[in-house]
Amino acid sequence: MGRIVLDKVSKSFGTTEVIPPLDLTIEEGEFAVFVGPSGCGKSTLLRLIAGLEDVSGGVVKINGEDATAVPPAKRGLAMVFQSYALYPHMSVRKNIAFPLRMAKLDKSEIKQRVEDAASVLNLTDYLDRRPGQLSGGQRQRVAIGRAIVREPEAFLFDEPLSNLDAALRVGMRLEISELHKRLATTMIYVTHDQVEAMTMADKIVVLQAGVIEQVGSPLELYRSPRNKFVAGFIGSPKMNLLEGSEAARYNAHTIGIRPEHLTVSTDGNGWQGVVGVSEHLGSDTFLHVQCDDFEPTLTVRADGELDLDYGARVSITPDLNHLHLFDHDGQRIG
Amino acid sequence: MATHHSRSAARMMMAPAVIVLLGWMLIPLTMTLYFSFKKYLPLRGGDLGWTGFDNYTRFISSSAFLPSVQATLIIVGGVLVITVVLGVLLALLLDQPMWGQGIVRVLVIAPFFVMPTVSGLVWKNMFMDPVNGLLAHLWKFFGATPVEWLSHASLQSIIMITSWQWLPFATLILLTAIQSLDREQLEAAEMDGAPPLKRFTYIILPHLSRAIAVVILIQTIFLLSIFAEIFVTTAGSFGTRTLTYLIYQRVLESQNVGLGSAGGVYAIILANIVAIFLMRIVGKSLDT
Ligand SMILES: Nc1ncnc2c1ncn2[C@@H]1O[C@H](COP(=O)(O)OP(=O)(O)OP(=O)(O)O)[C@@H](O)[C@H]1O
Ligand SMILES: [Mg+2]
Repeated sequence: MGRIVLDKVSKSFGTTEVIPPLDLTIEEGEFAVFVGPSGCGKSTLLRLIAGLEDVSGGVVKINGEDATAVPPAKRGLAMVFQSYALYPHMSVRKNIAFPLRMAKLDKSEIKQRVEDAASVLNLTDYLDRRPGQLSGGQRQRVAIGRAIVREPEAFLFDEPLSNLDAALRVGMRLEISELHKRLATTMIYVTHDQVEAMTMADKIVVLQAGVIEQVGSPLELYRSPRNKFVAGFIGSPKMNLLEGSEAARYNAHTIGIRPEHLTVSTDGNGWQGVVGVSEHLGSDTFLHVQCDDFEPTLTVRADGELDLDYGARVSITPDLNHLHLFDHDGQRIG
Repeated sequence: MATHHSRSAARMMMAPAVIVLLGWMLIPLTMTLYFSFKKYLPLRGGDLGWTGFDNYTRFISSSAFLPSVQATLIIVGGVLVITVVLGVLLALLLDQPMWGQGIVRVLVIAPFFVMPTVSGLVWKNMFMDPVNGLLAHLWKFFGATPVEWLSHASLQSIIMITSWQWLPFATLILLTAIQSLDREQLEAAEMDGAPPLKRFTYIILPHLSRAIAVVILIQTIFLLSIFAEIFVTTAGSFGTRTLTYLIYQRVLESQNVGLGSAGGVYAIILANIVAIFLMRIVGKSLDT
């Protein structure tokens, strides 16, 4: 259970069309991630699926049934909000129990399920606290707990980790992925962080201005981005994009090459340039190289131990097997 | 205000305000206490010397005393219930997006700007008059006999007039409280399967508890001493003699300053009992 189909769904606020008609299928048990820059309509799309926002056109189907006119409570979906939206005056226990109380389950069943959820999420010691007395990560877990007790058809997450610090974010990312493996329930996850998208998703949906740019597995998007936007958005650090005479050599308007597909040497006959800032991560070093022949600086991934001084002259050779070619409109041609 | 120096400077600069406030409060209080122990009849001999607790026993043993306390409490309680309940409902209503929101909000607040004397007179003459009042016409339109509001339903009338005056205040405070409620909480509750009524009782009402506490506390302070509304409508007759009104009658109508002052001291005690009582019930929601 938990197959969600959007059929020509669109959304306008007044006269501004935020989401032009789009089609999308999320398979049962899939971890789908909506990713895109701020304001591209990710949250809106999620809210359309949740039923918190009415569609302006099209049909939302859940498990093959038309759910367009079904109120949010009846769709069998659970949502985790960016602000967590915990009920501040209720204890953690009551927060988690709330959906079950609304569903009028009997007391012992509620108690059992709340305690199960709490032990899954390591919240057992905090059950009698108020949300205000918890840390950000704990609040996040309570919000997830409130979602899982209902055993929904699908989970909807709207940027659930954006309020956490970097270390905690990595931890929670793993926990959510693990939860998905364990529950095998459909999850739709909204983020603007492409690292989260790459690490968690079975299927990534890249959005820009309400339009789906590409749908695919993380590696598909990494290997063959359908256009320049996806190419620039997926992958960290960003793909290097070059226009002009370099691109013309390959009969393309723009060529793209990822930092990991460039080799740097001190005596080669590739692109000649000068090393600018180098970022040492330990495992890798990212060099920013200003080439002699073209304007944009290249980002190059090199060995972590490589030690090149600021201003050192280097030669850079692209791996031609991993060259991405784009035409005038930014569409992929090879 | 961390250093010793800045603290003493702050103390010095606050001193004038504190002294004025103290004078403002202490002088009337001391004078009330002073007169309450005197036999003081301005038109019948003036200051006739000390009488000990005579005024206190006379005030409390008067047949008007207990009914006046009762009337006071009924009016305060009635107005509180009406303004809080209607205030919450109105605030919910005004929070909905609607056409002409700005104008509607100004209209709702308007009664608060009408002076108590004026609103008392307007209600008495234009609404509650058994011959010419609007309510009388309404009753007649439906074939009923007009109610003689101020004589047959006097306490209810006073409560109605005062509630009309204080409803805007309650509504305004509750509206701002509702507007500060995180929309995502309501949406989360909606997704959790809570129908509108449950969303109200489980999410909105607890969120409002603090604002309701503030409304109740502030209104009680003012309502314990309402006077003008009674003065211009029933003049204390038909069971609308509150403690404040009784004191007024003792001092000005009976020209007995000592007796009135003793009443004033009782009023202070009553106000404090009510305040402590309210703080107990309501204050809890202020802590969290
Ligand atoms: N209630 C609304 N009324 C009018 N416009 C809205 C409304 N909600 C969203 N929008 C517009 O719709 C667009 C998409 O908004 P949305 O919240 O879906 O963006 P997002 O992709 O979630 O961005 P972010 O990553 O910043 O959360 C934005 O341009 C926003 O201004
Ligand atoms: Mg968003």
